[in-house]
Amino acid sequence: MDFAELTVGQEIGSRTVEVTRADLVKYAGASGDFNPIHWNERFATSVELPGVIAHGMFTMGAAVQLVTDWAGDPGAVSGYQTRFTKPVPVADTDLEPGALIEVAGVVGALDAENSTARIDLTVTSGGQKVLMKAQALVKMA
Amino acid sequence: MSINPELQGRSYPKGATYDVGREKIREFARAVKATHPAHFDVDAARALGHADLVAPPTFAIIVAQRADAQLIEDPDSGIDFSRVVHAEQRFTHHRPIIAGDELVAELHVDSVRGMGGGAMITTRAEISTAAGEPVATTISAILVRGEGQ
Repeated sequence: MDFAELTVGQEIGSRTVEVTRADLVKYAGASGDFNPIHWNERFATSVELPGVIAHGMFTMGAAVQLVTDWAGDPGAVSGYQTRFTKPVPVADTDLEPGALIEVAGVVGALDAENSTARIDLTVTSGGQKVLMKAQALVKMA
Repeated sequence: MSINPELQGRSYPKGATYDVGREKIREFARAVKATHPAHFDVDAARALGHADLVAPPTFAIIVAQRADAQLIEDPDSGIDFSRVVHAEQRFTHHRPIIAGDELVAELHVDSVRGMGGGAMITTRAEISTAAGEPVATTISAILVRGEGQ
C-alpha cells in the first residue's frame, strides 16, 4: 500500500467477530484478567451487570485485526487507543455466537511528515457503539 | 473505604521481568482472533524484517495490568477491584514487542479524580527492556465505582 494513494475517508474494510463465552475464558487465560464479570453470570448480575460481559480489552484486541491485516504487518501499528463506552453482553449459547461485534474502519487522518495513517474504527454490538474514539496509528512503509 | 487522594503522582518501581515467549504470543493472538502469520510463523515474521514473532498490538496490556496490580493490591490505595471498570486505554509502541523480549514496567499514577462516591484513576506504564530500551507506553483509565454507582 502506497501512502500517496491514501485519502481521508477511504474505507479499509469491515469484519464481524463472533464471540462465545468460551472465547472470554480463553482471553482471560491468555491475558491474565480473571475478573469474574467475564465468566461468572451469578457474580456479574450481583454487581448490576446484564450478565457476563466481554473484556473491554478483548473487544479492543479483536477490533484491531482489521487494521493489522490492512497494514500487512502487525509491527506497523505504532499506536492504538479507545474509550470503553458500553459493555458487550455475551449470551450463554451452545453453538451459535453469544454476541457479534461489528468492526469497520476508515482512514481518519494522514501525516505526510511521519508517513503515518490514522485509522478510525467504528465498533458496535447489538446496534450500540461499544468503543468510542477507537483509533489506530499505522506507520506506512 | 474510599480512594486515597494521595495516590496521584505516586510511582511503583520496575518489578519482575516479563519474558515474552513465542507460545504466549501465539496464545494471545488466538485469544483476540488474530490471524496474521507474523504472530505464528517465525519465517513470516522474519520476512517482514522482525527478529522473531511479533506480538499483537494490545499484547502490552499483559505487562501493563501486572504493573497496575501493584496499585490495585496496595492496601493503602483503597481500590476495591470488584468495583473497577476499564474506561479508556492507549498504547504507544516505540517499537513492536517481539518474542524473546525481556520487559519491565514502571508504573506512574498520573491522576486521581473523584467522581461521585468513586474515582477515575489514570495510570501510565513505561515498558522497556531490562537493558533500558523503551518499548511501549500504555495509559489506562479505570473507574472505581462508588457505592450505588
